[in-house]
Amino acid sequence: MLEIKNLHARIAEDGTEIIRGLNLTVKAGEVAAIMGPNGSGKSTLSYILSGRKDYEVTEGDILYNGESILELDASERAAKGIFLAFQYPVEIPGVATMQFLKVAMNEQRKYRGEDELKTPDFIRRVKEAAAELKINPDMLKRPLNVGFSGGEKKRAEILQMALLEPSLCILDETDSGLDIDALKIVSDGVNALRSPDRAVIVITHYQRLLEYIVPDTVHVLYKGQVIKTGDKSLALDLEANGYADIIGAAA
Amino acid sequence: MNIQNTITRTAAETALLEAYNHQVSDLPGDGAVLSARDLLLSDLKDAGLPTRRLEAWHYTDLRALLRTVPAFDGSAFAEAVAPLAIGSSVLTVLNGRADVGDAPQGVVVKRYGESLLDGTAAGDLVERNTEDAIGRINGTFVRDGFEIEIPEETVLVQPLELQIVQSAGQSHSRFPVTFGPGSKATVIERHLSVDGTPSLVSSVSDLIIEAGAEVTWILLQQQGDDDTHLGQLNFELGENASFKLFVINAGGKLVRQEVHGVVTGEGSDFKLRGINLMGGDSLTDVTFTLGHDVANTTSTEIIRNVLFDRARGVFQGQIRVAQDAQKTDAKMACNTLLLSDDADFSAKPELEIFADDVQCGHGATVIDLNPTHLYYLQARGIPENRARAMLVNAFVDEIVEELESETLIEPLELIIAEWLARHA
Ligand SMILES: Nc1ncnc2c1ncn2[C@@H]1O[C@H](COP(=O)(O)OP(=O)(O)OP(=O)(O)O)[C@@H](O)[C@H]1O
Ligand SMILES: [Mg+2]
Repeated sequence: MLEIKNLHARIAEDGTEIIRGLNLTVKAGEVAAIMGPNGSGKSTLSYILSGRKDYEVTEGDILYNGESILELDASERAAKGIFLAFQYPVEIPGVATMQFLKVAMNEQRKYRGEDELKTPDFIRRVKEAAAELKINPDMLKRPLNVGFSGGEKKRAEILQMALLEPSLCILDETDSGLDIDALKIVSDGVNALRSPDRAVIVITHYQRLLEYIVPDTVHVLYKGQVIKTGDKSLALDLEANGYADIIGAAA
Repeated sequence: MNIQNTITRTAAETALLEAYNHQVSDLPGDGAVLSARDLLLSDLKDAGLPTRRLEAWHYTDLRALLRTVPAFDGSAFAEAVAPLAIGSSVLTVLNGRADVGDAPQGVVVKRYGESLLDGTAAGDLVERNTEDAIGRINGTFVRDGFEIEIPEETVLVQPLELQIVQSAGQSHSRFPVTFGPGSKATVIERHLSVDGTPSLVSSVSDLIIEAGAEVTWILLQQQGDDDTHLGQLNFELGENASFKLFVINAGGKLVRQEVHGVVTGEGSDFKLRGINLMGGDSLTDVTFTLGHDVANTTSTEIIRNVLFDRARGVFQGQIRVAQDAQKTDAKMACNTLLLSDDADFSAKPELEIFADDVQCGHGATVIDLNPTHLYYLQARGIPENRARAMLVNAFVDEIVEELESETLIEPLELIIAEWLARHA
């Protein structure tokens, strides 16, 4: 589903290279965990996958379902089914959450040549998904993410994911800021989306999340490269011993 | 030869003076009104249209900008439109002619044309000061409008809409409105044009808001792309009264809207909320002065501007706090979204504070759309154009939401969305 080949990317503004020859393949149906020390480039990678313009790809390619997506802008990638749940969801004053959800769902449908959702159908879907994630419906009456607590923002991201039904889900530290119950609820939400034609990339620092969302593969990112790939036992290993050995071996 | 004759008049100045000669025989008014008009006219002759040399007109050189003045057209036809908010009472001024059709129960309404004829209006026809070109032009030419009194303790459940529709030519109207003690009302002063013929509209509203009254006034300007709109709203705010003024400009080629207020009663609160949508080659100038004359009063002003194309915008805001006006709390903010490199906005906030125990502040910012917000929306599949429109809308919608009434918010949101769809 996703093939990242020798990817090099830098910050557009000042030319600093952050991703330095990164290779990663994620198959349909797979759950891949990405771990790595602070500042290794995990969020940057997720931004680049989603099409954020602040970064420039200088070398290599990103293939999604066999086609390069480098020329597509963020909205096209989203409409093709790439979804990033942000590490830091953005507050947008003045944009009503419900209106945002409706526009996003309908714009994606339009892109794919599907009919727009009728309002009652839309409202029903939101209500159902919000109930699953134990999101207070009053929250949805507020402007997008404005005044949401850290955990509420993360839940709202997963709500969007559930409604948009993407095929490649990238979760950037969705576990940080969630209380223990919320972690369980959100993980259930993600697991409910697992399917043979969907892939999930989970970026996390903690083994705890991976107990709920059990990964098929674990990749260690360091200085903009994947320096080690393994199965779920790699995460346990990192939890016990830290990154020092792996970094030392790769150097 | 005296010196006056050597001043070359602009085409617009000549046309204005000629317009007077043509109309003078049928401008309504008794002797007192006529001499008030004559005084204003002679000032207009002497001073000409205001130029940038006058401080109040520094950013809007009316003499240079007003190229032509359409002749008065008594035969032009204009029709009323549906009210902004469902359930409103509507009083119309169609091409300058007022009609007391639908006055709400318990409200005293008189055509201003009558007040000119019987001379009771004579005292109104004065200039605020030597730079008051709008008062001068309006007072010279005013034909109609409404004199309205909302008696003591009267509560208007539905809004009252003053609908001023222009199709061609000129119209000059006045609206003296008194809100009696303890009264409550929402008034919509709505200026709109119904076809593309250039017109010149002037309008002066004089509001007296007495003790304990609660007033919301929405000044909605939707003139056509070739129209000149010269508006002025003056108010006096009494003890413990509250006044929310929403000024929304979404039209016109050359627009100057002045707001001049004096806070004369302790414990009162004033809010100005402005939305200025500007596009094409238009100029929109909002000029505001407020005097806090007594102690313990509050005011906040928030102006949001959106500019496209080659539009120019101006906000001049002056708050004066008199020496006795201790404990005044006044805050003014002017935020501008510049969406074109060729657009331009000038903001001139001023505080003149003579009291020592006050909280006053002002700020003016010019911003672009927040790229992180734009990215977030796009990352959810919303194409760039649509995402931009949503963010522009969000920028002004925060102001609209302060109306707190869905019957007002919804139609205004629609007007704004339609304007943005035409200009974005
Ligand atoms: N727009 C930017 N401007 C400046 N520096 C940037 C920018 N984007 C990323 N960086 C830098 O690139 C490096 C990688 O950042 P990134 O956020 O991808 O790390 P991360 O692996 O997600 O870290 P964490 O675990 O703390 O979330 C950091 O050193 C960061 O400071
Ligand atoms: Mg990160």
